[in-house]
Amino acid sequence: MLELKEVSRRVGAQTHIYPTSLVLRESVFNVLLGTTLAGKTTLMQLMAGLVPPSSGAVWFGGRDVTRVPVQQRKVAMVFQQFINYPNLSVFENIASPLRVARRPESEVRARVGHIAELLQLGPFLGRRPAELSGGQQQRTALARALVKDADLVLLDEPLANLDYKLREALREELPRLFANRQCTVVYATTEPGEALLLGGYTATVHEGRITQYGANGAVYRQPADLLTARVFSDPPINTARVLKSGGRIRLSEQVDWPAEGRLRELPDGEYTVGLRPHYVLPAPGKGGGVQLDCKVLIAEISGSESVVHFELSGMPWVSLSHGVRVFKVGEAARFELDVARCLYFAPDGARVAG
Amino acid sequence: MARIRLENLRHSYQAAPTRDADWALKDVDLAWEDGGAYALLGPSGCGKTTLLNIVSGLLRPTSGRVRFGDEDVTDRAPDQRNIAQVFQFPVVYDTMSVYDNLAFPLRNRGLPAAQVDARVREIAVLLELDGMLAQRAAGLTADGKQKISLGRGLVRSDVNVIMFDEPLTVIDPHLKWRLRSKLKELHERIRLTMIYVTHDQTEAMTFADQVVVMHEGTVVQAGTPVELFERPRHTFVGHFIGSPGMNILPCEVSDGVARIAGVPVPTANRAVGVVPGARTEIGVRPEFVRFAEQGIPVRVVHVADAGRHQIVETRHGDSLIRVLLDEHQAVPAQAAHLAFDPAFTRLYADGWLAGEAR
Repeated sequence: MLELKEVSRRVGAQTHIYPTSLVLRESVFNVLLGTTLAGKTTLMQLMAGLVPPSSGAVWFGGRDVTRVPVQQRKVAMVFQQFINYPNLSVFENIASPLRVARRPESEVRARVGHIAELLQLGPFLGRRPAELSGGQQQRTALARALVKDADLVLLDEPLANLDYKLREALREELPRLFANRQCTVVYATTEPGEALLLGGYTATVHEGRITQYGANGAVYRQPADLLTARVFSDPPINTARVLKSGGRIRLSEQVDWPAEGRLRELPDGEYTVGLRPHYVLPAPGKGGGVQLDCKVLIAEISGSESVVHFELSGMPWVSLSHGVRVFKVGEAARFELDVARCLYFAPDGARVAG
Repeated sequence: MARIRLENLRHSYQAAPTRDADWALKDVDLAWEDGGAYALLGPSGCGKTTLLNIVSGLLRPTSGRVRFGDEDVTDRAPDQRNIAQVFQFPVVYDTMSVYDNLAFPLRNRGLPAAQVDARVREIAVLLELDGMLAQRAAGLTADGKQKISLGRGLVRSDVNVIMFDEPLTVIDPHLKWRLRSKLKELHERIRLTMIYVTHDQTEAMTFADQVVVMHEGTVVQAGTPVELFERPRHTFVGHFIGSPGMNILPCEVSDGVARIAGVPVPTANRAVGVVPGARTEIGVRPEFVRFAEQGIPVRVVHVADAGRHQIVETRHGDSLIRVLLDEHQAVPAQAAHLAFDPAFTRLYADGWLAGEAR
């Protein structure tokens, strides 16, 4: 079990990671989700011991490993830019950590063979990395990370440079590879969709802070605050200022709805409402929502889904619906907001209802 | 500006190609209308970059011609083709201001300062860069720099076509949304021919009016995003487009009826022209599969939470059949039956849509 205790990282006058505490789960996929430069890679370097924390401690398996050099920890890492030994065969690339550990030849053969089969590299073991496709090269790097019994496996955007379809396949494969292993897996990504599909647990990272850590579905559907909701949404979550008064939630002069359930207990005042694009449907929608008219700014059809961009109270909003719907840019269109799915955030950002 | 015509293009990187696999491009014949928004879509190694380089003039095809309007440009150098290109990584002069970056291609062509100024300001407004013209490019974010790259492509009014090679690959998802819709908006306003090369189906489908899907050096289908989604001509297109892709299930055909495990499966196309011994498959997208009282018996083996929908993996014998359900829809317990929407269920023979001319 990996634990960060009030760990921070400063470089010169810059703070890369603010004091952070986190207890990662074992035997599940732990995802660090955040934009480029949010601090995901630094967090991984701190976990691995590649850089020392400026304050705080890193614990692993019940002991303080803060000062233990990376070579003495059982850590495996895979980076976005896959690294292989160009002059070694695929077999020897995968076998290299076992060679370093001076394992007997029979064991090396058995383990490399097993992992190569899992990652469908069997036919390529005799080739050099340069003779493989990008996907096969990255799978070679993954195989090398998996072949040794690492306690901690860090995967830093390992699929980012791969083709879309290959990513789809590996994204399904990866959690299964780790399903029966006793180790802590951490996977960094910029893509909310990837975080969801990898299953397991997600930590949302924003500007050097972890905003929330929990089971995927819970962080996605019940974000602790507005930042988490924004980090964990693709397409971006729609937001708008609303005013609660007289038992109603008012979005604009024309658009309001009754404050029900937990909303009733909230004090009157200003809130931010968040509503994911698939809860904003072209009218008549599913019924029971709140309808409004807006000018269409951009309309996109992806084949299976329709995306309409419009403006609501000065904010860019997006509607995402099944099927093909034709909209004319510049014309008014009616949308239905499924307000029962709205998330409500207080002025300090904390989610207070929904 | 001009219509672009690619006539019987073939290209091999080898001096003496003999086998089929020696060809990076195998007989590509395409026409791109003036002012259209097109995408070239396919996995790495499909030939899309080769095709792009032939259009831009970086490569001379082994055979075939490239025409811009009435002019044969096959033998012309890139700088004589009036083409603008935007690459995966932004090409920006860090030491220059945003203004000078945008003005660079125009000054290079000796345009008078007044014209340069007018054009730069116009493009800057379109790209929402007008507030930062005096700023140095070095300080900008990744999407800001990519906007400058776009702007440098768009600023010239003499270009025949602007080509984008994976322009959003290095951009974070939330910025990708903004930049992608910006590009779409720009195209609607300026109606310049745009060709967008990508392996990302979402980018291709949302940007382009016409998507050209490539596979192993050939064009397997060219059509609107809706056509590609609803009526793939080849199982490769069915698989490549859509996330998850189309279910492709082995089936038997007898008396003109397709059957999976003895259960008749009505299809939108008829089983005509299927030669004996052909590999026959049913193609149906997870979007068009639903749980039903009767139909193909399956076991539910896995449910993935994809946010706005759930991807349900079911198994019938060795076949994996995926079903897409809405976020809050109930998933049946282990044993269930599946029904396919006949309007979107098709029969494929040796990979190709049955009953279609290839």
